Amino acid sequence: MDLQYGPRYEAFRAEVRNFLEAHKPEKPVGSLNPEVRHELVAWLSLQIDHGYWARTIPETYGGFGAEPDLLETVIMDEEFNRAGVARGMAAQGPSMLVPTLLEHGTEEQRSRWIGPTMRGEVIWAQGYSEPGSGSDLASLTTSAREDGDDFLISGQKIWTSGADKSDMMFVLVRTEPEADKHAGISYLLVPVGSPGIEVQPLRTMSGSIGENSFNQVFFTDVRVPQSSVVGRRGEGWKIANTTLKHERNSLNSNAEGTLLRLTRLMRQESANGVCTLESPLFRDRLMQLQARALSMKHHGMRMLTCSLKEERAGVAGLVTKLQNCQLNFDMSSLAIDVMGELGVLYDHTKYERDRGYWQAHSFFSLGLIIGGGTAQIQKNIISERGLGLPREPKPAPA
Amino acid sequence: MDFGLSEEQLLLEKTLRSFLADEVPIGRVRELRDAECPNDVGIWRSLAELGATGILVPESLGGSDLSLLDAALVAQSLGHAVTPAPFLGSAVMVPIAFRALAGSETDGWLRGIAAGEIRFGVAATELFSIREEAGTVLSDGKLNGKAMMAMDSCAADFILLTPDAGRLAVVRGDAPGLEATRLATTDATRCATELLFAEVAPEAVFEGAEAVIERMLDAGRIALAADTLGACESMIEQAVAYAGQRKQFDRLIGSFQAVKHMCAEMIAELEPARSLLWYAAHAFDTMPEEAPLLACHALAHISEIGREISSVATQVHGGIGWTDEQNLHFWFKRISAARHMLGGPAWLRERAASLQGLV
Ligand SMILES: Cc1cc2nc3c(=O)[nH]c(=O)nc-3n(C[C@H](O)[C@H](O)[C@H](O)COP(=O)(O)OP(=O)(O)OC[C@H]3O[C@@H](n4cnc5c(N)ncnc54)[C@H](O)[C@@H]3O)c2cc1C
Repeated sequence: MDLQYGPRYEAFRAEVRNFLEAHKPEKPVGSLNPEVRHELVAWLSLQIDHGYWARTIPETYGGFGAEPDLLETVIMDEEFNRAGVARGMAAQGPSMLVPTLLEHGTEEQRSRWIGPTMRGEVIWAQGYSEPGSGSDLASLTTSAREDGDDFLISGQKIWTSGADKSDMMFVLVRTEPEADKHAGISYLLVPVGSPGIEVQPLRTMSGSIGENSFNQVFFTDVRVPQSSVVGRRGEGWKIANTTLKHERNSLNSNAEGTLLRLTRLMRQESANGVCTLESPLFRDRLMQLQARALSMKHHGMRMLTCSLKEERAGVAGLVTKLQNCQLNFDMSSLAIDVMGELGVLYDHTKYERDRGYWQAHSFFSLGLIIGGGTAQIQKNIISERGLGLPREPKPAPA
Repeated sequence: MDFGLSEEQLLLEKTLRSFLADEVPIGRVRELRDAECPNDVGIWRSLAELGATGILVPESLGGSDLSLLDAALVAQSLGHAVTPAPFLGSAVMVPIAFRALAGSETDGWLRGIAAGEIRFGVAATELFSIREEAGTVLSDGKLNGKAMMAMDSCAADFILLTPDAGRLAVVRGDAPGLEATRLATTDATRCATELLFAEVAPEAVFEGAEAVIERMLDAGRIALAADTLGACESMIEQAVAYAGQRKQFDRLIGSFQAVKHMCAEMIAELEPARSLLWYAAHAFDTMPEEAPLLACHALAHISEIGREISSVATQVHGGIGWTDEQNLHFWFKRISAARHMLGGPAWLRERAASLQGLV
């Protein structure tokens, strides 16, 4: 155990701080809106030039090319959080596709996609779930038939976050209909603008707030070259699992920041003339959440240490998603309770607190409990892969 | 930067666990529940030979001068094996307090602890909970009054007492005027004692010890949290093993999703709590200003998950889990007795809030 920063890292922290002071954008620039996308691209490119984003990605692929260093990552996150600015972009491309390409992509795929993805020039959606295949993802039926050097994709994806604002999708399709369930799937990179793709946005429970959109994506004979496969044909299931692993790792939320925000709210809110922080019941709940937030923060550091030392985290590595998502939901629940009957105000109405942040956060965290593998599926994984409990016996075929 | 255990720490843990498995198996713990005091001298001596009792004692006094994180790993192993030993008071709280006091007056005691020749009880309950009109008064060099639920004090050689939040007193276990009565509790692996003082002359009194006492309690809380964490760890191991062996409806019960999810939930609570504990112990060693808050949170949180895990792990066993014979109750009761030993979860959380200026 050694959490000393030492002079080299303190210097690095000062460097990050100076950068943020000099360059911190006046207003948030996360929007994927085409008219303002150049702002996002410029801001991400600047971060890459200074090494605060795409830091460990090789320069040949558009990254900064630094050696992985846990402490630098921690410092960057701390300083960006402190400044209230997002580091890089929390999106499916950088967090899921890029690590997958680094692990399984061809040289051509890496050179072509990693740089533009990290710079926000190319936005990705994840096309996994289908109406009939969610938790049982391997049962998916969207197919890709061979046609000369190409594939023709037909079928339907659903719950595709951000597809309406994306340029590309990484999609799981069945390329080998004869093979068994898991062996017949391939991982394809598909331009969302391809002829034959129709994206239909779905309204979510968050309603008007937030940029999180849900979509259905219909494929009718969508043509992509066979070179769009990542890894080998029929290995899509394995590849998808690396992607999911990255998704679950990247769900390491800033619980501490949310807790600070919740504490601020409790200081400000009062009912019957009493500040809610003065209520022993609310305060106790806040402290329970703080202990959980601290646990998850340090658990994250422990997991990062494991991955840097290339040690297996074992079962400890499998619990992060389950615990973080529930913690986030529980924090927003306390916030909503603290606001009492005004906790339901929404849509920027009069008297709404924090511009509706807490209801939106609550909806969003509920979504994350389900998305990327539901809590129940997480528990299956934890108990079977983590604890070695026997798998569910397969029912005899009907 | 490295957030994890060192090779030496992993080795320490391994050595201790295999020693406890061989020398203090659950059968031995069962025998000791009928003893007058479960804190067996032989176990204490063996722990001393392994270097565990002197883990926080300076090398010049025969100890190994390690960190609180190392001590927490020992506590965790003792909790894992539900070993009866006055480790928390004698090997953690007392050395932390004595080392923080100036002067060499306490050297002899520390040397005795490291050698396994001296066992200390600790009487500090009244600093956070006063019941049954307990309380001790130290005036004109004499102690009078009553201390409740004193730790490991019925057969201790010495007792470290806090007559108030600013003073520490050391009393001989056999001092004239001191009456120690062990109170039966559910937890057969620990000793809780009522101490009655009538004109007892302490061996030593340390004034102005407020900060020392706080630090001693922080260390105790972190080590106690470690003990509970270790006990939880063992209960989960036992539940998972049982689920992989017991059959009902022609299947291993561990293949039922309800049972799997119980196990998953337990481990999902345990692992992040372990990370919190490591950090709290490390903060105690290297970031003293953060330690009081983390000590409160670590103990409160681990006490809470301990209650849940001890119940669920028992349920995984079905009826046999509820029997004396299966032994699970030793862990269950050790966890439940720890819950209020150095401040219950609600009290600790209120303290955590006040440490941050939220009260
Ligand atoms: C906010 C959000 C964002 C999403 N973004 C994307 C995206 O970008 N791309 C994408 O492809 N998908 C996305 N999804 C879809 C998500 O991956 C699926 O919703 C999820 O995997 C569950 O599948 P399902 O909806 O079909 O539910 P089902 O699988 O039908 O599950 C319904 C219920 O049954 C339970 N259940 C199912 N199987 C089991 C089992 N074996 N054991 C125990 N319980 C079981 C589930 O836990 C759940 O409670 C998103 C979902 C959400 C909520």
